Amino acid sequence: MNEPSPSHSQDATVFLQIDNLTKKFGTFTALDKVSLDVYQGELICFLGPSGCGKTTFLRAIAGLDIQTSGTVIQAGEDISALPPSERDFGIVFQSYALFPNLTVEKNISFGLENEKTSRSDINHRVQELLEMVGLSDQGKKFPTQLSGGQQQRIALARALATSPGLLLLDEPLSALDAKVRGYLRHEMKALQRSLGVTTVMVTHDQEEALTMADRIVVMNDGVIEQVGTPTEIYREPGTLFVADFIGAMNQINGRTTGSNQVVVGETTFTTQKHDLEANIPVVVAIRPEDIVPVEEGESSPEDNILDMTVEDMEFLGSFWRVSMSNPLLGKALLNADMSVNAIQRLHIDIRTTITVELPVDRLCVFLAENE
Amino acid sequence: MSHTTTLPDTDTAPLIRPKTSRDDKIKAVFMAVIGLYLVITLALPLYAMLSKSFSTYSFDLSNFEFQVYKIDSWSEPVTALSLNQKLNVVTPAELSTSSDGRLGVTAFFPDFSFRSITRYKIRQINLDSSFLVGSERIADTEWHEFSSNDFRRVVLRPSSSTGLDNYKIYFSTPSLFKSIENSLFIAFVVMIITVSMAFGFAYALNRSTMRFKGVFRLIAMAPILVPSLLPGIALVYLFGNQGMIKGLLMGQSIYGPIGIIIGSIFFTFPHALIIISTALSISDGRLYEAAISLRASRWKTFWTVTIPAARYGLFSAAFVVFNLVITDFGLPKVIGGQYNMLAVDIYKQVIGQQNFEMGAVVSVVLLLPAMFAFSIDRYVQKKQVAQLSAQSVPYEPKPHKRFDLICLFYSLLVAVFIMGLIGVCQYAALIKFWPYDLSLGLSNYNFEVMDGGGWGSYFNSIKLAFFTAIAGTLMVFIGAYMVEKTNGLTTARSAFQFLAMMPMAVPGMVLGLAYIFFFNNPANPLNSIYATMGILVICTVTHFYTVSHLTAVTALKQMDREFESVASSLKQPFYKLLFKVTFPVCLPATLDISIYLFVNAMTTVSAVIFLYSPDTTLASIAVLNMDDAGDVAPAAAMGMMIFYTNVAARLIHIFITRKLMIKTQAWRVR
Ligand SMILES: Nc1ncnc2c1ncn2[C@@H]1O[C@H](COP(=O)(O)OP(=O)(O)O)[C@@H](O)[C@H]1O
Ligand SMILES: [Mg+2]
Repeated sequence: MNEPSPSHSQDATVFLQIDNLTKKFGTFTALDKVSLDVYQGELICFLGPSGCGKTTFLRAIAGLDIQTSGTVIQAGEDISALPPSERDFGIVFQSYALFPNLTVEKNISFGLENEKTSRSDINHRVQELLEMVGLSDQGKKFPTQLSGGQQQRIALARALATSPGLLLLDEPLSALDAKVRGYLRHEMKALQRSLGVTTVMVTHDQEEALTMADRIVVMNDGVIEQVGTPTEIYREPGTLFVADFIGAMNQINGRTTGSNQVVVGETTFTTQKHDLEANIPVVVAIRPEDIVPVEEGESSPEDNILDMTVEDMEFLGSFWRVSMSNPLLGKALLNADMSVNAIQRLHIDIRTTITVELPVDRLCVFLAENE
Repeated sequence: MSHTTTLPDTDTAPLIRPKTSRDDKIKAVFMAVIGLYLVITLALPLYAMLSKSFSTYSFDLSNFEFQVYKIDSWSEPVTALSLNQKLNVVTPAELSTSSDGRLGVTAFFPDFSFRSITRYKIRQINLDSSFLVGSERIADTEWHEFSSNDFRRVVLRPSSSTGLDNYKIYFSTPSLFKSIENSLFIAFVVMIITVSMAFGFAYALNRSTMRFKGVFRLIAMAPILVPSLLPGIALVYLFGNQGMIKGLLMGQSIYGPIGIIIGSIFFTFPHALIIISTALSISDGRLYEAAISLRASRWKTFWTVTIPAARYGLFSAAFVVFNLVITDFGLPKVIGGQYNMLAVDIYKQVIGQQNFEMGAVVSVVLLLPAMFAFSIDRYVQKKQVAQLSAQSVPYEPKPHKRFDLICLFYSLLVAVFIMGLIGVCQYAALIKFWPYDLSLGLSNYNFEVMDGGGWGSYFNSIKLAFFTAIAGTLMVFIGAYMVEKTNGLTTARSAFQFLAMMPMAVPGMVLGLAYIFFFNNPANPLNSIYATMGILVICTVTHFYTVSHLTAVTALKQMDREFESVASSLKQPFYKLLFKVTFPVCLPATLDISIYLFVNAMTTVSAVIFLYSPDTTLASIAVLNMDDAGDVAPAAAMGMMIFYTNVAARLIHIFITRKLMIKTQAWRVR
C-alpha cells in the first residue's frame, strides 16, 4: 500500500485496514479482492454505479454480511469474523430504519439504555444529540410525523449516540429531494468534521461524493478502480471507467505513435505522456471545460489546434455546451463548455467555425477496451 | 494511478468463519425448539401412520408346534400348519388379521375337551410371533405345558410383516375405493359452483357501487364461525324426511350427494370469497381506463381484463375449495347417508371397525389429492404475488344503475342462502319438538340430559380455544420471527419453512389418526399426554399452523429488514427490539392470528374426533354425537352456541383492533 496521505489536516494513522476482501454470493463474486486503508477522522466515499458492490463492501465492514475471505482490521484489532454486536460502529441506512412506534427521543436513546447509565444521563445525552442535529424541539414526535430530511438526521443522531469510532452511511441522502439533499450535504460534512469521526459513506451520486468526501473510492463490478481526493479523481482519472463515470468526457478513438503522440483520424494529438508502445488502440479523452477557444491575435500554441465547425449548441445556464466537428476527426463530435461571455465575444453560433486548443496536459490516454 | 494492489490470483485465501453472535445462538435455539415441536407433532405421527398402513398381520401357523400327552408318552411335535392342512379349520382369509387378532388353538384338536386329562405342550419355533395364555404373553421358544383346562385359554397372536397387502385389500374392495370417485366428484362439483358464486359476489363487491356492501361482506363471512356440519343440520330440517320444504327436492333425498354439495358450498364460500376478492381488488385500474378509451364493451373488458387479472386468484380459490371439501368430515357424516366419502371412511374404519391399518390406508389415499391441491395452490399464490406491480392503481367503480341493481339482487340471493341456513338452525334449536310441537323454548339448550358431554363440552371448547389461541399465537409468532429475522442458517431456515407449510397439506382426519398411532403407543415417552386437553391443544395448533405462520411472516416482512442490524450495531439484544418494536408493530397481525386460532378451535371436528376423552369432550363433537344419536335439535342448539361464541369473539377482536389503531395512529403510516 502506498497511499498518499490525505491532502488535508488529518493525522495519517490508518484506522481501518481492509485487505484482499472477497465476497461471494453462491458463484457470483460481488467483491473481488479489494484492499483499502481508511485514515483516522476522514470521510471516505464509495462511489460507483448501482450493483457494483458498494453496499456489500459496507456491510462486510459492519459485519452484517461477513466476507468470504480477506481481513478487516479496525483500530489495530482484527475484526474479520466478529458479529456486528462485537464491533464498534454506528450505521445509517438508506431507509433510515427508524423504529416507527417509538418517539424520536426513544429512538435515539435505544442504544444508550443499559444498566450502567442513569436515566438522567440518558436524557441529557439525547438532548445533546437532538441539539447537534438541530431538532431539539422534535423529540416527542414519532418518525412518521417528521420530514424526510428530519428523519435522516434522527437516524444520524441515533447512530452517533453511543459515540462509535466508525460511522457507516449507506446512501444516506438518496431518498431526499434535491434541495434538502444539497443542504444536508453541508450539514453532515460539518458535523462529521467537528466530531472527527471516521466515516465511510456509500453513494452513487458523484456530486455528493465530490462535495463531501475527503477521499473517493471509485468502484466498478466488485473491484476498486481508483482511490483519491475528489480533485485527483476528477482531474486525473486512472481508468477509462473513472473518466467516463465522473463528469463529462469527450472520448475519441485513436492509435499511439510516440510516447506522447496519438493518431486520431487524419490528425495527430500531442497528449500527456503515456508510456505505451506504438500502434496500440487507445482512447483520447478530454473534459469539455478543458477545450479552449483560441482568440484572434493571441499567440497560438503549437500543438493540438483545430478548426471546428459548430454543429449544435445547448444552453446549460451558466455556460453553453458547444458540439463541434472536423472532417479530420471523422464522424466524432467534440463537446466544449464555453462561458456566455466567450460565446458573445467570439460570435459563436451554429455553422460558424472556431479555432480551439486541446491543451496537452489535459489530454488523457487510456487503453481502448478490447471488445 | 490506481492505489489498490491486487495480489496474483490465488484461490488459497483462507475463508472467514464468522463468529456466531449470542443473539444468533439464542435465535437458533428457539428455531430448533419450535422446529422440533413441528417434527414431533406432525412429521413423526405422519411417519407412524405411513408405516402403519404398510404393516400387515397374519397368523403364521408354521411357527407354532404342539405335542400331546397320550397314554404314557408325548407325541411327535406337529406344526399348526400341518394340522390345519389335514383339518381345514382355519381358512386363508381368517389367517390375515389386524394387530389385535387372536386365534384359539383348540380347534386344531377335534377331540379336545377341557374336562379331559390330556395334557398339551406348545412352543414357537422362532421369535417372530407370540401367544397368550389368558392375558399373559409368551414370546420365547421354550415348550410350555398345559392341562386341558388351561389349554383352551391359549390363543395365538399374529406376526407382523411389511407390505402392500392393506392396499391390495383396499383396492379390491369396491365399497372402499368407490369413495375416491365420490370424494373427487363432490369436491370437483363444489369447486366449480363455489368459485363461480364467490366470483360473482366478489365482482359485485369490488366492481359495483351497490349499497350495503359492508353488511354483505359480514354475512358472507358467517360460515367461518360455525362447524362445517351445521349446514347439514339445517338441510335436514329443510329437506329431510320431515323437512319443511321437502317437496322442492322432487323426490330426491337430501341425504347423499345433494346435501353434501349444498352444505359444502355454504362452508367453503367465505374462503373462496376472500381469495377472489383480494385478487379483484388488486387488479390495475389503469387497464380499465385503457379498455374504456379503446371503447371496448363491458363484456369484452370482462374477458380481456378482469378474468386474466384475477386468474391466479380463481385458481387458488378453486384448489382451496377442493381441498376443504375433500378433507371435510363433519358434513358428510351428518348428511352423507349411504354416500361414502374418504374422510368418513377413515372414521368408520377406525371407530366403527377398529381396523386401524385400513384407516391408515384411507388416510394415505386422502393425503394424496390434498397434497396435490395444496402444492398447486402454493405455486399459484407465488405467481400472484409476482404479478402485483408497485405502480398499480386501484380500480374505482362508477355508478351504473342497472348493473348495480343486478349486483344487489345477486348479493341478496347469496346472503339469503347463507343467513337462511343459519336461521333455520336457530329456529331448529328453539322449537320444542319438530314437527309436532312448534312452540318455542330453550329446552334444547339443556344439554345435561343429552349424550355428548353436556355443558361441560361447551366449556371444554372455550378452554381449548383459549389455550390454542394463546399458545399457538406465541409459538407461531416466535417461530416466524426466528425464521424471518435470523442471519445465515439458510438450510435450517428453509427446513423450518417447509415444516411450517406442511400442516396445511394434511387433512384433519389424517392428523388425528396419526396422533393415535404416535401418541397412543406405550413406548412413546409422550404417551402421558394422550387423552388430555394438552393433546387437543397441540393437535389444533399444529392443524392450523400454516395459515397463522403465513400471516405472521407477511407482517414481519413488512418491517424494515435493517431494524435488527441497527439494534446489533447499538449492541442491544434482539429481544429488546422484539419487545419494544417488532411485537408492538405486529400486534394487529398477532390479534388476527389469535382470533383465527380461536374460531377454528371452536369449530374443528376432524382432527380432535380421534383424540377427545370422556373428560375432554368438545362442543363441536357434541354436535356430531348428538346428531348421531338422533338428538338433532340439541345438536343445532350446541352448534348455535358455537356460533354465538365466535361472533362474540370476533366482535371483541374488532373492538380491540379498533382501539389499538386509534391509540397507535400517531405513528402508523397511512
Ligand atoms: N444477498 C445477496 N445475494 C445474492 N446477490 C447479492 C446479495 N446482495 C447483493 N447481491 C449482488 O451483489 C451485487 C452488488 O450489490 P450491492 O453491494 O448491493 O450493490 P450497490 O450497493 O453497489 O448498488 C449486485 O449484483 C447484487 O445483485
Ligand atoms: Mg447499495
